[in-house]
Amino acid sequence: MSADWQSYVRRIEELARSSGLKFHPVDFEAVPDSFMMEIAVYGLPVRMPHWSFGVRYIYQLIQRHMGHSRLFEVVFPGNPGHAYLAESNGVAENILVTAHVLGHADFSRNNLLFRRCQEQVSERIVEHAAQHARQISQAIEAHGAQRVEAALDAALALEQHVDIDQSLRRERYPEYLEESKVLADDGFRKRFAALDPSATGGSIVEVKKRAQVPPHPERDLLWFVANYAPEMESWERDIFLAVREESFYFYPVFATQIMNEGWASYWHARLLREADFVPQQAYLDAIKCHSDVVRPVAAEQQVALSINPYHLGFSMWEKIIERDGLEAARSIMEQDDDFGFVRNHLTRELAEELGLFRYSARSDGQIKVLEHDLTALHEALLGPKYNFGTPVVSAVRVRNDGTLELAHDGSTDGRGLDLERSRKVLDYLQKVWRRPIVLTTLNQAGSALELTAP
Amino acid sequence: MDSEDGNRGDSSAGKWYELFSRGARDWLRHDEKVREAVRANLPEIIAGGDVINGGARTVRVPVRMLEHYHFRLRRPDEQQGAGQGKAKPGDVFSDPSKEQRPGEKGSGGRDEGEVQLLLEFKVDDIVDWLWEEMQLPNLKARTGPSDESEWVREGWDRRGARSRLDRRRSFKELVKRRGNPGASPNFTDEDLRFRQLSRRRKPAVHAVVFFMLDVSGSMSDRDRKLAKTFFFWVVQGLRREYRSLETVFVAHTTEAWEFNEPDFFQVSGTGGTVASTGFAKVREIIDARYHPGRCNIYLFYASDGDNSVSDAAEARTALNAITADACFTGYVEVSSGLSRQLATETGKLFAELTAAACAAGSYALNDFDDVWGAVRHFFTTGVHTPEGAGPAQAPHPDGSP
Repeated sequence: MSADWQSYVRRIEELARSSGLKFHPVDFEAVPDSFMMEIAVYGLPVRMPHWSFGVRYIYQLIQRHMGHSRLFEVVFPGNPGHAYLAESNGVAENILVTAHVLGHADFSRNNLLFRRCQEQVSERIVEHAAQHARQISQAIEAHGAQRVEAALDAALALEQHVDIDQSLRRERYPEYLEESKVLADDGFRKRFAALDPSATGGSIVEVKKRAQVPPHPERDLLWFVANYAPEMESWERDIFLAVREESFYFYPVFATQIMNEGWASYWHARLLREADFVPQQAYLDAIKCHSDVVRPVAAEQQVALSINPYHLGFSMWEKIIERDGLEAARSIMEQDDDFGFVRNHLTRELAEELGLFRYSARSDGQIKVLEHDLTALHEALLGPKYNFGTPVVSAVRVRNDGTLELAHDGSTDGRGLDLERSRKVLDYLQKVWRRPIVLTTLNQAGSALELTAP
Repeated sequence: MDSEDGNRGDSSAGKWYELFSRGARDWLRHDEKVREAVRANLPEIIAGGDVINGGARTVRVPVRMLEHYHFRLRRPDEQQGAGQGKAKPGDVFSDPSKEQRPGEKGSGGRDEGEVQLLLEFKVDDIVDWLWEEMQLPNLKARTGPSDESEWVREGWDRRGARSRLDRRRSFKELVKRRGNPGASPNFTDEDLRFRQLSRRRKPAVHAVVFFMLDVSGSMSDRDRKLAKTFFFWVVQGLRREYRSLETVFVAHTTEAWEFNEPDFFQVSGTGGTVASTGFAKVREIIDARYHPGRCNIYLFYASDGDNSVSDAAEARTALNAITADACFTGYVEVSSGLSRQLATETGKLFAELTAAACAAGSYALNDFDDVWGAVRHFFTTGVHTPEGAGPAQAPHPDGSP
């Protein structure tokens, strides 16, 4: 760890505070590149084992060997926050990264979505995830790697199927329908019953009706399965709930990526400009690094078919602060997520200035650039982010024999599910639900189609 | 592994993450799953593998990475997206990422598995998995010299190595001797008895397998490779099963030659097809080196079946001369594309043998996927023992079941 950089941390923090950033203290730690890569793959420094992470790991390894990706930092919100910096960062890069991390820390402390999720999950997600990992390695010892893997296959396949608007620690549905109290107090009915004493107050007898499960289509599949699977073992439920808790943590990271990265990039650029204590050479190096991070298109290319969230967010925040001032920007930062942020603040002028465009891609790889249309551009940007980036699949009923009915909402998603993959997911899930599962979705022609497992 | 303790402070020594890679651990698990899947479909997969060259003891199988499935929307015919750069509405171009880097795509591995892995399998492992329930047809114990022998205990002697001292026996001798008046009560050298060993030959289960390959001009490269792949797996499997197994490799065109194993798997030739030369060569080798009474003789012949018509009678005679002494003769007809169902000259020859209830069999091998089918056809236990007694014109030792 470079002592040079350490000596700047305190001064950058001071500068950030005086610029109006409000953040919990952050623990900085320099770690080897290999560990940085693992944090990126798992999303958390210590997380449960699963082979699918191995697949991501190899992809990362390939990317790194081809020089396509380089990780400077990963930061975990909390009190205190944890920031991991790559050991291979130079001094200048670390100065930049420190400022960037403080931007994130400000964001995650003040953004409402982050705050809500942290209230649910607590501010110690890193420790919780490590606890889950430990719990799962105990389960492996007790029940064998294969059974635990089957449970994780199912739970992680449904990773994004949580209902973020509900509480993390959610009560089960009420078992009975609410009694209609109106009836009991109804004077007319009392008098009516009194007319014929032989019918012993049939209308007053409380008929408790068992509520249907679920009472309404349930989007939180992880919660629903953990609570209502007919023959699930308790350790399997624990695995489902552990995955669910981590999803509650991941959601704000996912849903505010453009804002959050933009905010951090804006602040690292600004703090660096204002940090007169940084030597000239380090400043130049850091600025070069900044422009690499926020550049829209890779150097050798004219056109990119994806949008760099660092660049987009950075440009949007610069515009907003220039136009409305820092106070307005801060309240946007507190209240919005990417959906509101992009729809409200990505203006036609900015889109044109940045050269954003919509395109349609045919399966043979031919790309066609479409007409300018701001609303459609917003939706093209945000489309992949709806519903945690996953199709809307709900549990609609548990039949008397324990059969689970799932339904995919094709009307909001616009088309049906990928059948091959859906079948595999049902296979995973069936191993823990242990009764038949039926999933309705749309076929190619748009009419209803049922998949079953087994 | 789960300790968070190491994350604070700046002592750089002994951090858990320097000693342990979770990514590598989960990757190994992925690998294991792939291997399980590959193993389940092994015969189909290895058949096409380029295994017989270079004498490598491993097979490389290209596989795709496994995908952990999630609910996803069906891929639309046209996908919309947002991009950035110098492009005007109406511009049309092809996806640069698809052209430049076909090997990898997207980020973070959530994309479809387009990375191909080459998994290496040890040939021995594969053979272990595949040959579990296979064996040579009609194998019989043969009397005769065998190099295999074992030491057995046999009798006692008054002299011998210290380690073979038989205490109980020696004590008995002492007791016996003490019965005589005036005998010394202590052990003397006279009392000691030592176990003796002697060498005994084991009954021989000797087998020699002839692999005969038609390398004439009519055999295309693909045909030859198909035949050699079949031979390769047979040789591997047999070697695993039988320790004292000899192999002889013969190739023929209009002439026949014996090869050593590495050369045999590289051999190619041109010219006509005179199968009788090959059979004659095999017979010649049998006469010179292997006594049918002491040795199980097998012949496997691979050809496209286009034997020269003028050779028909001679080939029949030469083949019969072999089947007379062989436990089994197998014929694998390799033909590209057109499956002729063994309706060739050589095919008919073997059909006659089978009809005559000889220990013979044929298999039409058209495709690499089917190599394992061919191996299974010949080596599944108990399939090839002919019904009834062997006929007069082609007697063989194992005619009756």
